[in-house]
This record gives sequence, C-alpha cells and structure tokens, in this order.
Amino acid sequence: MNKIGLIIRREYLTRIRNKTFLISTFLLPLVIVLFIAVTVFLAMKGRTSHRIAVMDQNGYFKDYLKSDSTIFFDFSPGIDTLNYPEKNCSAILIIPVLNEGQKTIYRLKYKKQLGLSNVDDLEKRINSAITDHLIYTRTNITRSRLDSIRAASDIGELQTFSDEGKKSQASSQGLSYAVGYACGFLIYLLTFIYGAMVMRGVMEEKTSRVAEVIVSSVKPFPLMLGKIIGIGAVGLTQFLLWIVLIIVLFMGAQAFIPHELLQEVNHIQQANAMGNAQVAQSSEAARQIFVVKQSIQNTNWLMIIGCFAYYFIGGYLFYASLFAAVGSVVNEDPQEAQSLLLPITMPIIFSFLIMSIAIQDPGGSLAVWSSMIPFSAPIVMMARIPYGVPNTVPVWQLLLSMALLAGCFLFSVWMAGKIYRTGILLYGKKPTWKTMWKWAFKA
Amino acid sequence: MLEVAHLKKYFTTQKAVDDISFRVEKGAIFGLLGPNGAGKTTLIRMITGIFYPDEGSILFNGKKFEADEDSARIGYMPEERGLYKKMKIGEQAIYLARLKGLSSSDAQRQVKDWFVRFEMQSWWNKKIEDLSKGMAQKLQFVTTVLHRPELIILDEPFSGLDPVNANLIKDEIFRLASEGASIIFSTHRMEQVEEICDHIILINKGNKILDGTVSHVKQEFKENLFRISARPLPVQHPENLYEVLSNNEEMLTIRIKNGYGPNDVLKYFIEQQSGITAFTELLPSLNEIFIKLVEGTSLSRQFQPKQS
Repeated sequence: MNKIGLIIRREYLTRIRNKTFLISTFLLPLVIVLFIAVTVFLAMKGRTSHRIAVMDQNGYFKDYLKSDSTIFFDFSPGIDTLNYPEKNCSAILIIPVLNEGQKTIYRLKYKKQLGLSNVDDLEKRINSAITDHLIYTRTNITRSRLDSIRAASDIGELQTFSDEGKKSQASSQGLSYAVGYACGFLIYLLTFIYGAMVMRGVMEEKTSRVAEVIVSSVKPFPLMLGKIIGIGAVGLTQFLLWIVLIIVLFMGAQAFIPHELLQEVNHIQQANAMGNAQVAQSSEAARQIFVVKQSIQNTNWLMIIGCFAYYFIGGYLFYASLFAAVGSVVNEDPQEAQSLLLPITMPIIFSFLIMSIAIQDPGGSLAVWSSMIPFSAPIVMMARIPYGVPNTVPVWQLLLSMALLAGCFLFSVWMAGKIYRTGILLYGKKPTWKTMWKWAFKA
Repeated sequence: MLEVAHLKKYFTTQKAVDDISFRVEKGAIFGLLGPNGAGKTTLIRMITGIFYPDEGSILFNGKKFEADEDSARIGYMPEERGLYKKMKIGEQAIYLARLKGLSSSDAQRQVKDWFVRFEMQSWWNKKIEDLSKGMAQKLQFVTTVLHRPELIILDEPFSGLDPVNANLIKDEIFRLASEGASIIFSTHRMEQVEEICDHIILINKGNKILDGTVSHVKQEFKENLFRISARPLPVQHPENLYEVLSNNEEMLTIRIKNGYGPNDVLKYFIEQQSGITAFTELLPSLNEIFIKLVEGTSLSRQFQPKQS
C-alpha cells in the first residue's frame, strides 16, 4: 500500500532531520559511559578510610592486623568503649582471649555504619591474622619466607571455556555479563524512549486536530501502523549508528595500544593456539589485552546483533502499539496519560528488575521463564543471549520465545488499532481502561 | 452525484443519524444545517468513509461508495481541523496531497499553483506555528481542495477568517462549483447559507426536518408578511383584510389574512387615496426558519438509550 509508505516516510524523515536525533544518537552513549564512570568513581571513592580502635586481650593482633588506606587500626593503650569516639575512631573492635578449638565472639561497636564490604573485609583480616599467628607460633618459619611462598604460589589463572562438542571456546564470564547487561538495558531504554515517542506523535496528531483530516484520506489503522514503523525505523537507524560508533571507538582504542604490547599480544595468541599454556613470562598488560581480545573475538556478535534487532523490533512493536493506544485516547491533559501509562510502564520496569537478577544465573528458572513471557522476553532474553546460544540458551527456548513475542505483538497491534480507531476522533471524554477495553473487544 | 439513502448510525448512548436521505447534484452547493449535536459530523464522517453506516446506502457517482478508492475524490475540511505544527508548510501540503493519491510531481505542481493563487509563496518554508489562525485556515482550505476533489465537504469553513479572506474563499467555492465540483457546506451561520447555497437540508436529533432549495424553503415558510410604505397612510385598517404588526411612521408591516392577496391590499390603499411608495413581500430569513424549527426541542441533545 502506497499510503502507508508515505506515512512511514514522513514519520521517519521528520525525526531523522531533527537536530535532537543527531544529538541524542551521539550524546546518549556518552551519557551512559559518563554515568558508569561516575558510579564506578563514586564507588571507589565511597570507600572512606576508617579508624578502628582495637582492644585486644591476646596481645598479638598488634603484629598481624595490618593497617592500610581503607582501615587503620589504632592500638593505643588507653582506648576503651567509652572514649573511642573522642580519639577519632569510628568503631571499636573488642577481641577477647581466643581459646583454640573454641568459637569465640569478637565484637565491633560503632557509632557510624561501616558498610557491608568493610565488615566482610574486617572479618577476613582478623581471620588471617589468627592464621598467621598460629603459623608463626606452631612452626618456626620466618615471616619473610612465608611471604615469598605466598608470592610464588600466585601462578595459576582460571580461564573459562564454553563446551561446544568438538571445540571449546574460550569465554569470558565478565564480558558476557557486561554485554548481556548492556543489551538488556538498551532494550529497556529504547522501548521507553521510542514508545513514548509514538505516544507523543499520536497525541500531537490528536491535539493539533490533524487526525480527522488525515483519517479522511487514510484509514486509522495504516496511520497508526505507519507511525509505529516509521519511528521504529528511526530506532533501528540509531542502533546502526551506535554499532558503527562502537567499531570506530574500538579501532581508535587499539591505535592507542603501544606497538610492542600488541606484538606481545600476538605472541601469546600464537602460543595459545599451539596449546601452550605457559603465558606467565609475558607482561600483565599484554595478558589482559589478550583475554579481552580473545573473548571479543570468540563472542558471537552476529547472533547477538541479529537477536537484538529482533527483540528490539518485537518488544518495540508490542509496547509501542500500547503506547499508541493510550496516546489516542488522551486529550490535552498529560495527567490523563500518566495514569493510563502505569499498566504499560510497570511491566517494562519489572522486566528490567527481573533482568538484573536473572543475569546472575542466566540458566536458572527465573531467567528461563521470564525470557519466555512476552512482556519481559525482549529485555531478559537479550541479557541471556551473550552467554552463548546453544549452551546457556537452548535453541528451542530462543525460538519459542521469539514465536510467543511475535504472536503477542500481532495481537497487541490489532487491539491497539481498534482502540486507536475510536480514540483518535473522540474529544473531551475522559478515558479509562474500561472504555478502551470496550472499544477493543466489543466494537 | 452523491446519493444518500436511509442512512443510520446508532451509538450506544444515542441515535446519531436516524434514517437520513438526500442527494447532491453535480456542481451544486449544498447546505447541511442543524444545531449542535444534530448528527452533522457523524453524517459527514460516514460520507467521507471515516465511519461505516449501520444501515442505508451511499452512492457516489451512481456506484456504491468505497472509502478506499473514493476518498481520493473527496476533500474534507473538518470542523475540528489542524495541521502538523512542526512541519514545513510546503512539505505538509505536498504530503496531504500525496495521501490523496497524487503523484509527487502532480502534488508539487498543484501546491505551487494554489500557493500562487492565494499569494502564499513566501510561506513555503515556514511552519504552521508561525502562522496566524486566519492564515492557517487559508492553508487548510488549500490542502482540502488540492487534489481536485469532485466532492468537497466544508465544515464551518469561514470561522476565524477576516472578511477579505472569507470573500477569497467564498469566490473559490463558487469557482470550484462552476467547474463541476459538488460542495457540501455545513455551518450554523445562516446568512452565509442564504448567500452561498442552492439547496439545503436541516437536520435535528438525527432526523432530516427540512429539504429544499433556499427560495423554495422560504416560500414554504412565508407568513404572508408584507412591508408597505405610503403617504398618507389609510386612517383605518380593515381587520378582515390584514393585520398591522408594526407601524413605523409611513411604513407598515402587515400580515395579509387568508383568502386575500397583495392586490386586495393595494386596491384598498388606492381606494383610500394613499400614495404607495414601496411594497415588498417579507420572506422569512433562514435564521428565523431555523430557530422556528429547532426551538422547542431541547437545546442540547439528551442522551437516550437506543431502542431496538
């Protein structure tokens, strides 16, 4: 149909030509990167150093509990549970006499919360202080000797491989996690951004009263579909631009790696290909680059990008048609949209929450089920796919999830079309879900 | 060219259009009148293919009306109208013309022609939000008739227009009609209807209550009122012959009683040695007819459950 093409063209071109499109395409990744950088920075900075007073009744912790930048242990003799705040300590650790073979409770009293990671850290330090003390008192090993044994023993490194029958692929759990999270987050973000864009577009047509003019030339359904497809195409364009941007950035980043380091990386690559596991002699930096490079090379990007496109389109069609239905029934008052939007935005936000849990255990039952249910499938499934398709996500799960999503968006587009048809021409009536339901299924 | 027969459209809360029939001839300017909520918009939406009628038929050029094909031959300017605010005016006009099935080059040419005719060339790269209400209205009219529709439906086309631009559009309406387009003109402004329309129908509460040419309708509703000026006026007015409604110096408004005609009155005046200077029949204005017909029915339409 020629007319729907015209509508798609208009929707697409007016948005692509808009300056905000270019700005958002290049600014959004920047904002995301900045956001991540700032959170990491704050998290690092957030580890404020604590001064902890110690009341030790054993007398030996002084030698083994080591202070560092995050925790400083104060063994001043006069300190007690009453005066530690005056001595600038945020907490006091009371270690009673420890008897061997008997669980003893040592206590930490504080005025200011230390935070969970600090407490874990503290416990680890105390335990290793006890171990150290026992090693020294039971054996006659010297401290320097023990330290050198420790250093020499740090030679193993765990590499994970995903078992694919004939060959096994080196994989990186970390990278899969990062890519999965990024994919899920992007789908979440794009669904919101473009869904809201569809809704605003429909509301614009209704409030500017152009709807009835257009509807006298085109049926409402192609008008709605044209708008959804046109805006979806804008989203895909943005997605493609991002891929290009990432590739360019990646190439750019490689250019900054010194040449010698790259050669070293190549060396490891060759050594690894020959089954040589001895990589210890190469430098730490080269080894890390090698791991990143290898896991990037071993990730099935085509599969990820293809699935991303499918789940973006499917999830977008599903949610955008609901957004369009809401846009068609509201009048000028944005407040009305707010309350009607809740049943649409809740599942999206829920899916995102489920995704951040499911990604910890991508093969678990929560992950499997929520990636089947069409409401959450686009976000959750996209977070699972980077872990590997035939292994973490069986093919049948992927196909079933895709089929269910397709069925669901066909249904939602059909239903939204019926609501839209009536809503777009109706002014001044306060919409409810009940009337929308009636238009969708009774009219 | 348009024939509407026994059209019905019931909504859950009311009978919006209840058995309306009429026909519009080629080249005619047809007035569709009615109070607010009479069902005009619903009727128009059925003719433009936006709604399907529940019952009845619409014949377009003698064939059954098919919204998909025939919408290209209809130009509709709704009462609730507007254009994309952020879109450039030239592009917008071309877009709307192409939605009506014009090819790209055709649309381009038509839009340019009309912009020249209405002196809007300088608007091409402007946006709607830069236009005044009157200018936007003019543009809206242009976009309605761009594709040379055979049937043009105008709902309150003059609202918001100054007299100069209203005249411009009025002239265009006459020109389009003389070139063979049929025009359905829906309004509350009766003086415009008297001026423009050949044929009118009046609908109220979903029913057609009046149908005919303007002069015919006026004849039908005349009340034998005449205005007579004479010097001197007769001293006595025979009550069996006529009734004086108002007496303004040397001008009388009279209603001639049944059984008598204007000649009887004139004869009486002559006999009374009264020098007649003017004698005219007073025909009711459409406004008066409209009010007379619609008054007494409740002003705003009550919602009533349909009875089936």
